[in-house]
Amino acid sequence: MHIGGTAALAAGPQIASRTALRYVEGPIRAFAIATVFWGIVGFLMGVLIASQLAWPLLNLDLEWTTFGRLRPVHTSAVIFAFGGNALLGTSLYVVQRTCRARLFGGEDMGWFLFWGYQFFIVMAALGYVLGVTQGKEYAEPEWYVDLWLTVVWVTYLVAFGGTILKREEPHIYVANWFYLAFIVTIAMLHIGNNLALPVSLGHAKSYGAASGVQDAMIQWWYGHNAVGFFLTAGFLGMMYYFIPKQAERPVYSYRLSIVHFWSLIFLYIWAGPHHLHYTALPDWTQTLGMVFSVMLWMPSWGGMINGLMTLSGAWDKLRTDPALRFSVVAVGFYGMSTFEGPVMSIKAVNALSHYTDWTIGHVHSGAMGWVGFIIFGAMYYLVPKLWRKRGLWSRRLVEWHFWIATLGIVLYITAMWVSGIMQGLMWRAYDELGFLQYSFIETVAAMHPYYVIRMLGGVLYLTGALLMAYNLWRTATSEELAEGEEEARVPTHAPAPAPAFAAAAAN
Amino acid sequence: MFRWLDHGKIERNLILLGVLTLITVSIGGLVQIIPLFAVETTIERVEGVRPYTPLELAGRNIYVREGCYVCHSQMVRPFRDELERYGHYSLAAESMYDRPFQWGSKRTGPDLARVGGRYSDDWHAEHLRNPRAVVPESVMPPYAFLDRPLDYTDIAEHLRAQRRLGVPYTDEMIANARADLEAQARPDADASGFQSRYASARQAAFDGDPGRITEMDALIAYLQMLGTLVQFRDVTPEQLRQQ
Repeated sequence: MHIGGTAALAAGPQIASRTALRYVEGPIRAFAIATVFWGIVGFLMGVLIASQLAWPLLNLDLEWTTFGRLRPVHTSAVIFAFGGNALLGTSLYVVQRTCRARLFGGEDMGWFLFWGYQFFIVMAALGYVLGVTQGKEYAEPEWYVDLWLTVVWVTYLVAFGGTILKREEPHIYVANWFYLAFIVTIAMLHIGNNLALPVSLGHAKSYGAASGVQDAMIQWWYGHNAVGFFLTAGFLGMMYYFIPKQAERPVYSYRLSIVHFWSLIFLYIWAGPHHLHYTALPDWTQTLGMVFSVMLWMPSWGGMINGLMTLSGAWDKLRTDPALRFSVVAVGFYGMSTFEGPVMSIKAVNALSHYTDWTIGHVHSGAMGWVGFIIFGAMYYLVPKLWRKRGLWSRRLVEWHFWIATLGIVLYITAMWVSGIMQGLMWRAYDELGFLQYSFIETVAAMHPYYVIRMLGGVLYLTGALLMAYNLWRTATSEELAEGEEEARVPTHAPAPAPAFAAAAAN
Repeated sequence: MFRWLDHGKIERNLILLGVLTLITVSIGGLVQIIPLFAVETTIERVEGVRPYTPLELAGRNIYVREGCYVCHSQMVRPFRDELERYGHYSLAAESMYDRPFQWGSKRTGPDLARVGGRYSDDWHAEHLRNPRAVVPESVMPPYAFLDRPLDYTDIAEHLRAQRRLGVPYTDEMIANARADLEAQARPDADASGFQSRYASARQAAFDGDPGRITEMDALIAYLQMLGTLVQFRDVTPEQLRQQ
């Protein structure tokens, strides 16, 4: 699907129903298309660079296709393009419905956010391929792209906050707390980590305001909380809307959501230094980072429990609704990686795991299992709603997607566990005479089979996403599935909410 | 018992919710970042660390441009095996002029914090052009394209921008930036001025060809100085103490 076709397809459905008149939906359809499109681009880049590590000839002897330049294309495509479009799209969908208010700024606002964000993605990716980068992980775009993103992001905050301000519900629904924390914190982190001075105004290159050890701390304050707020808080917002909707049950516990919201956002910010264990960062900072990372386990699992227990009395739907299964298994992966993370943040463990593929495996159990699956679940729910269809074109295809993707993740993370722990142990192995047992290059050679397995895992995951794209395409364009005039008027029934959620959870 | 109902006030008021959120997420970062600027001993008090020469800085920018940091760390940890494999653990002082820092987070290839002087210039040039010609099991991409002329017309502007951020480049260093860059890449050039401005900087035809100044020259000049500035024989434990 070409991105240029977005507007045409997004404008597709007839404005027939009552809700379409009230809520801004065109840009959200575009965000949904972009989510799927960039997801496939990101997974494809992942497969490519994974293959380059197994077979370096695939660097193609060209400067634009080396691993060093394509790796940020992969990470940004997955985090900011796939994840970001899903976050923007779902947040604008959710905030309108849970506030019973039309998007602040209307269609124009939605379209500005959509095209503004796509422009950011394309500018960033072009820069990476051409070698324009700040050289800071997950914050690679140079100053002019950062400035543009700041404009788009502040507009996003205005649109989101403005919609909440004109809400017809007294309470702000819990999903919106998380989306709001995500928007506010990402603004703070993005500005803080990207303070830089261009060499000159006509120059793409800039130098950062901080250097060395302070730059390292600021970078991982940013970097870890890109995980904490972009890939966690925002997606918890998604969880708090779509799981209750799919399960047709209220959120399990109101108190738990309050406790885990405030403790999660407070503790996460402190965890950055665990990326810098045993470095030249002073010990006191490392220790703080470790202690808070371990504490972070609790609010993380608080969120997981709240998500999973929402299924109370509706567990049978897991058997019959493969889209809900995506969402719920995502929460399972969330629980798993938020346990693994604190373990890896303990200095004694980190001494072994750091700099190895174990970290890569950990990130991917979070990114593929949690972020990817919660997005897939949301897309399978959203696309029929947005295009006014009675359901998905093929439920069997969702089943296939689920099992292929799950198998892909299992292959990926087990390969990375084995290769990471093996490499860590080989680096520190001594022979009987007291010499280092392995040269570095021997540890590289030992990685080869695991790099091949990892690549196969990625291929499976990509295959699943292609099945999803086909299924969603058929759903959006299907005539037979179209809702009749009558059906469209019937509001989709809301979950029976707990009293405190009563207002917010209604359609 | 807590009075949970109080939360009702927060979740009915967007501004209150937003402000409380911002305060909550600000605390950790402030506590961890500000002292690193305020506490002087964060940077160890060792001798020898100087700003990069213009050629080294150009090389460092190529290192950043190519994303070398995604596979190579520049941070030796204080472990016995890393001491034996790479050398003395890295100090904060050694990267005090690094914008951006390049400590890295993954070692697909070996750490490079102390790679300077370990291999010959020729080895580096060959290895960068075709890694597998030198190390058959290597998975590094080839960088033969670096044998192209280095664009250093604006190198003085780079030094000036760094000085605005606090790097101690002198007027003299900025005025001579281009000449110093050329002098370092030509082993037979008269470079007494260059040597007096940048202590212990090495002059060489890094890529093997003294006739032209290439990106390869710059990158190898950078790699060959990594980790060589601090003389650890002369360092006392007191100087290394951080807080």
